[in-house]
Amino acid sequence: MAARRTTKKSEVSPEEMLSYYRDMLLIRRFEEKAGQLYGMGLIGGFCHLYIGQEAVVVGLEAAAEEGDKRITSYRDHGHMLACGMDPKGVMAELTGREGGYSKGKGGSMHMFSKEKNFYGGHGIVGAQVPLGAGLAFADRYKENGRVTFTYFGDGAANQGQVYESFNMAALWKLPVIFVIENNQYAMGTAQKRSTSTDEIHKRGEPFGIPGEMVDGMDVLAVKEAGERAVAHCRKGDGPYILEIKTYRYRGHSMSDPAKYRTREEVQKMREERDPIEQVRAKLLSGKSITEDKLKEIDKEIKEIVNASAEFAKESPEPAVEELWTDIYATEIPQEVN
Amino acid sequence: MATEILMPALSPTMEEGTLAKWLVKEGDTVSSGDILAEIETDKATMEFEAVDEGIVGKILIEEGTEGVKVNTPIAVLVEEGESADDIEVSSAPKEEAKSAEPEEKPAAEAPKSKPADTSPDWPEGTEMKEQTVREALRDAMAEEMRRDGDVYLMGEEVAEYQGAYKISQGLLDEFGPKRVIDTPITEHGFAGVAVGAAFGGLKPIVEFMTFNFAMQAMDQIINSAAKTLYMSGGQMGAPMVFRGPNGAAARVAAQHSQDYAAWFMQIPGLKVAMPYSASDYKGLMKTAIRDANPVIFLENEILYGRTFEVPDIDDYTVPFGKARIWREGDDVTIVSFGIGMQYALEAADKLAEDGINAEVLDLRTLRPMDTDAIIRSVKKTNRCVTVEEGWPQGSVGSYISSVIMQEAFDYLDAPVINCTGKDVPMPYAANLEKLALVTTDEVIEAVHKVTYR
Repeated sequence: MAARRTTKKSEVSPEEMLSYYRDMLLIRRFEEKAGQLYGMGLIGGFCHLYIGQEAVVVGLEAAAEEGDKRITSYRDHGHMLACGMDPKGVMAELTGREGGYSKGKGGSMHMFSKEKNFYGGHGIVGAQVPLGAGLAFADRYKENGRVTFTYFGDGAANQGQVYESFNMAALWKLPVIFVIENNQYAMGTAQKRSTSTDEIHKRGEPFGIPGEMVDGMDVLAVKEAGERAVAHCRKGDGPYILEIKTYRYRGHSMSDPAKYRTREEVQKMREERDPIEQVRAKLLSGKSITEDKLKEIDKEIKEIVNASAEFAKESPEPAVEELWTDIYATEIPQEVN
Repeated sequence: MATEILMPALSPTMEEGTLAKWLVKEGDTVSSGDILAEIETDKATMEFEAVDEGIVGKILIEEGTEGVKVNTPIAVLVEEGESADDIEVSSAPKEEAKSAEPEEKPAAEAPKSKPADTSPDWPEGTEMKEQTVREALRDAMAEEMRRDGDVYLMGEEVAEYQGAYKISQGLLDEFGPKRVIDTPITEHGFAGVAVGAAFGGLKPIVEFMTFNFAMQAMDQIINSAAKTLYMSGGQMGAPMVFRGPNGAAARVAAQHSQDYAAWFMQIPGLKVAMPYSASDYKGLMKTAIRDANPVIFLENEILYGRTFEVPDIDDYTVPFGKARIWREGDDVTIVSFGIGMQYALEAADKLAEDGINAEVLDLRTLRPMDTDAIIRSVKKTNRCVTVEEGWPQGSVGSYISSVIMQEAFDYLDAPVINCTGKDVPMPYAANLEKLALVTTDEVIEAVHKVTYR
């Protein structure tokens, strides 16, 4: 993992570290529970788990400010939890229930929260990239100083519309951070079998967009890179690319036989590079956090996740009338910010 | 506390599978992420991981067992000090998953449309002015941009070039480069940017130089613009307009001469307007820009230069879903929209000379479609001919025919005839192009057929 570090690590308080630990653990446990509910038939269709990639969203959320926007692909549960959406509403959407963020009509891949500036949850690979540039277009139009985090994978990085977006974002100096979550496999195709370069962030160079490679298993490295990107965008210097090298422990979706990589590769990553274990070790090596304190957090997270699963099981299926609602809007909702 | 390990569903469609191989044995300690077993589904052999930690207390289903139903307990996980023998397990699949099954309730009915609005578009005695379709469109956009600072126009050559078809003439001068934006030639990309901008609170007007190029942007129009309101449970949508010339111009051949009316009309979440006269171009465009939903506005290059009377009214709008009766008659109903109206009206004039009085309906918008107006007219005339430039299979006319069959079958005295473009890509040669398009003579012939005279 060739992470480029140009600045030294900023000071992070034990409280902040603890909050990253907590946020990453919430995603990990939530996703494990989602996998379990899928196995029980309570979640249907496609379900793409984020396990292994937690440091990416948690690190970048730590660099975001109130009012900044985010948009991503279908591997979206982690992004929603990291930006503060309610685990109950997310899990209930996974089970297709009334209490879900989209009233059960979107599912795992299509979830949104206007309140948290989370613009989806998009099921078509790469389609969220021009959409993210468009959100940034609206921010620039309104001159509100916001930035948009537009996440996509190494697989989506081969879609033509990504480069159409790079061109317009650079041309119009849009405040958008293109976050390439490089988990090294586009579904089952390894990066070297699908992508002409092993440095995707350099694909912004011809457009004049600065980019850097970031160690996505290190939450602090992600946060620092995120801060550089945010500063660049907020200053009005246009888009920025972060290629964040990460790793997905689970399959692409639920029915993934994982024959394209070895068990040992996954195991090695888990044992040596796990983003949560890294923070845990750091916390314990300092004096302020005890094993007991971490256990307490583990327990608290487990309770939140269990409560979300209970809610997701108990929330009723949407009323049949919901079939016919939300097809057309009658009025344009007023912007709050 | 002991937990049962259930046969997992490993794909969206899996109902049962083969427990191919156990990779743990009774007494083994497992933690989250360890592989417990290999399971064969209809698709592949998959590894099945532990979610909880514990000790494998008992294996309930031997390896090699086929047809193990999803949610059947296959093993029991115990905590230290517990014995698996104390636990009662059933061999039946757990009921829990049942709640995810769709319940056998009848689907709710689609909400009924509002009562028909048959009022005239403007009060009697209104002063009229002559305007081309081009001027009417420009005025509509300019008026709405003056009214609302969140409305902006983007597209290829809309600003400095003043519009490839001069629709946006003068808008750059009045509104400046922030709101009248030349895009690179990148339809997929700028359509997506505009949808994103609409999510972000703006009201974009996207000009496609022609709708033939919008095919590059189809995914963003349909998957992103049309479906997001539904997928977000009503939280966010795309209030915006996609506009540009649609259908055949003249001698531009197959790739530049396609009518997309029937394509877009099919999509829930989109609204589709396809006007004929300048007053409708103006009134419907203003309505489209104010609408909270994505609107496909299908224009016609040949009509751009055509002059019509437009009511000289401040803030003239035309509602969606309201057909306009251009001509009243008792003998046959001719239904059309867009440039098809030209053939419909010409045919009606000539038929009148033969003593056949046609009622001519201009749908103006295809989604919502004023099917009430069609049915009302057909109940009076008992015959119907539809006219459009698009292809016959899956045409707008074929949809109208099915609506008439369902709602006015007993009133029909003849089968409905759909006059359409021919079922061929548009040829270049002048004579062949003429043959490929729908003609006034074909409409007249169809009317003779359905009236048996």
